[in-house]
Amino acid sequence: MSTSKQSEAPVVHRPVFIDGSDLTTPTLKILRQDGSLYEGAELPDIDQTLALKIYDTFLFIRALDERMVAAQRQGRISFYMTEVGEEAADIGSTAALAHDDMIMAQYREQGALAFRGFPLQQFMNQMFSNEKDLGKGRQMPIHYGCRELNYMTISSPLGTQLPQAVGYAYGYKLEEKDNCVICYFGEGAASEGDFHAAINMAGVFKVPAIFFCRNNGYAISTPSSQQFAGDGIAPRAIAYGLKAIRVDGNDVLAVLKATQEARKLAVEHNQPVLIEAMTYRLGAHSTSDDPSGYRSKKEEEKWREKDPVLRFKNWLIQQGWWTEEQDQDVSDAKRKAVMAAMKEAEKVAAPHLDDLITDVYDTPPKHLQDQLAALKAHIRQYPDAYPKTAGRLDNE
Amino acid sequence: MSNMNLLQAVNNALDIAMDKDSKVVCFGEDVGHFGGVFRATSRLQEKYGKNRCFNTPLTEQGIIGFANGLASGGHKAIAEIQFADYIFPAFDQIVNEAAKFRYRSGNEFNVGGLTIRSPYGGGIHGGLYHSQSPEAYFTGTPGLKVVIPRNPYQAKGLLLASIRDDNPVIFFEPKRLYRASTGEVPEEDYELPIGKADIMQEGSDITVLGWGAQMEVLEKAVEMAAADGISCELIDLRTLMPWDVETVSRSVQKTGRLLISHEAPLSGGFAGEIAATIQDTSFLYLEAPIARVTGLDTPFPLAHDKEYMPDHLKNYEAIKRSVSF
Repeated sequence: MSTSKQSEAPVVHRPVFIDGSDLTTPTLKILRQDGSLYEGAELPDIDQTLALKIYDTFLFIRALDERMVAAQRQGRISFYMTEVGEEAADIGSTAALAHDDMIMAQYREQGALAFRGFPLQQFMNQMFSNEKDLGKGRQMPIHYGCRELNYMTISSPLGTQLPQAVGYAYGYKLEEKDNCVICYFGEGAASEGDFHAAINMAGVFKVPAIFFCRNNGYAISTPSSQQFAGDGIAPRAIAYGLKAIRVDGNDVLAVLKATQEARKLAVEHNQPVLIEAMTYRLGAHSTSDDPSGYRSKKEEEKWREKDPVLRFKNWLIQQGWWTEEQDQDVSDAKRKAVMAAMKEAEKVAAPHLDDLITDVYDTPPKHLQDQLAALKAHIRQYPDAYPKTAGRLDNE
Repeated sequence: MSNMNLLQAVNNALDIAMDKDSKVVCFGEDVGHFGGVFRATSRLQEKYGKNRCFNTPLTEQGIIGFANGLASGGHKAIAEIQFADYIFPAFDQIVNEAAKFRYRSGNEFNVGGLTIRSPYGGGIHGGLYHSQSPEAYFTGTPGLKVVIPRNPYQAKGLLLASIRDDNPVIFFEPKRLYRASTGEVPEEDYELPIGKADIMQEGSDITVLGWGAQMEVLEKAVEMAAADGISCELIDLRTLMPWDVETVSRSVQKTGRLLISHEAPLSGGFAGEIAATIQDTSFLYLEAPIARVTGLDTPFPLAHDKEYMPDHLKNYEAIKRSVSF
């Protein structure tokens, strides 16, 4: 009762090696930089409301990223990561999903979360690790998560979300839900074992999952030419039995279109899909990084000319859905709102010390309670050394 | 009651768990139609279908990553790692993901439904890679529970409790006893408590502590000591994290002596953790240094596995040394 697969490929009687030239991966482009459409381009399913929601999220993320890098430089937060230049990739793809499709992100996808409606104040609470942070102040800035919005909490280890996405999607399949999981990762993370494990399992189990690769050219300082020798990430998916598509990651209409089609394959046919979005990280990897050490200004300039936000704005204006005046007003309003929310979050107290031991397990076991009690006694002895918590202990 | 070996008890527990809760899903390498290389999942696919009991590709990191994702969506994911020796590709998914899932999200998400089953331990001529006892790699990771049963009755009750516990549990099964250990096991559903040690035999001269397959060895040693007039209190720790400090401390405060035995190497083994804690809770009661009888600080050997193992004779001698200290 073997169910082993038999290849239908022809048999040859002298050695024939195959290589990458036997496969060409096209790139989907719909929108030109000037806002016009390529000839024959098929538009995604988009109306004015959706278009403006996407663009509003673009402007919000630009304002947030710009302000929070400054805040890190001022020492107000410890760390930040921008997604400047990649907004079309995560926001455009999330816009193709149902609101209850699970998002399993890597870390540079705050736009996806913003699109889902995560409140500005919650972004700030997370970054300032205050007591209103859903994550209880436990993780570095930008490690967001929200059950209500179906956005799985970010973890720093690279690629771990990939096999998890397969498991989560398998759960959808078991329950026969009309949902899929989208899993974001970078071209660098695709070198991790978890990537290969995940894509293989997704193919075998035929789960409703979309693997969305942001191929932004660099893994911190390592260019993709030193990351892999093949033609990017998309062809790998085919070898594992998935469908794959490559899109211009700075073209939000192409990203939206590809993801809408991928979602149909995933949800209606349990066909996992990999989308490779070709884009560029215009900012540094993180606030701890300085790209001038590994790439040229000229290269950055070349990509700045392909700015996805500007490209989409041009289209919106041509549609008659947006004006430069609106653009200015909304951008200003977003900057002000971000500033106000930041100042608000700074004033909120740190999480209570008791939350140091909650959520390790469902309920704190005795040894953790003992350790907390000992710690509290110590803090009471040296209150000046622990100013964040000492004052609040006295109130108990 | 029916007579079962340890494998049958595990199989029976899985059967009950799957029967009672449609959210329970079992998977791993060769787990499906074949029923696992040890047959722990025999007939489960037949009974519950290919969607709920199935083979995975050969990728431990994938298996546990998949299990984390499935559990985070509210399913009870029971993942089998074919041998504990092969759990290490999944180390990141266990240590950085499963263990921290709830904490890092502020309980927005958790993988409380995850149970990892894996056969561990020596004594089957398995050499380096079919013999290891890697429990201490996991006891040092907050967020995980580590449970190890000693016989069929314990295996069934502890496994059912582990599956239903709302935390990720690593359940190491003593494979040497899979078929060697038999006993009366209730056919109905029952659970044994996680985090509670089991005093198997009361005594007054020395506390002898172990877990899993080591309990059978310790029973022999304790019997030999009894013939010499030494009264041993024999305790099966059952759960290594979080472990029952209270029961062990109370026992040591009564006997004044403690011997801890495990198959894993001495250095960094869990006996060291227990010894440190017990000298802290019970320093003034101790009448002899806490003894550790363990595997050697070598990889697990093949030709010399009998010499390597902390057998009943080594334990018997250590009991006598402690009592005559």
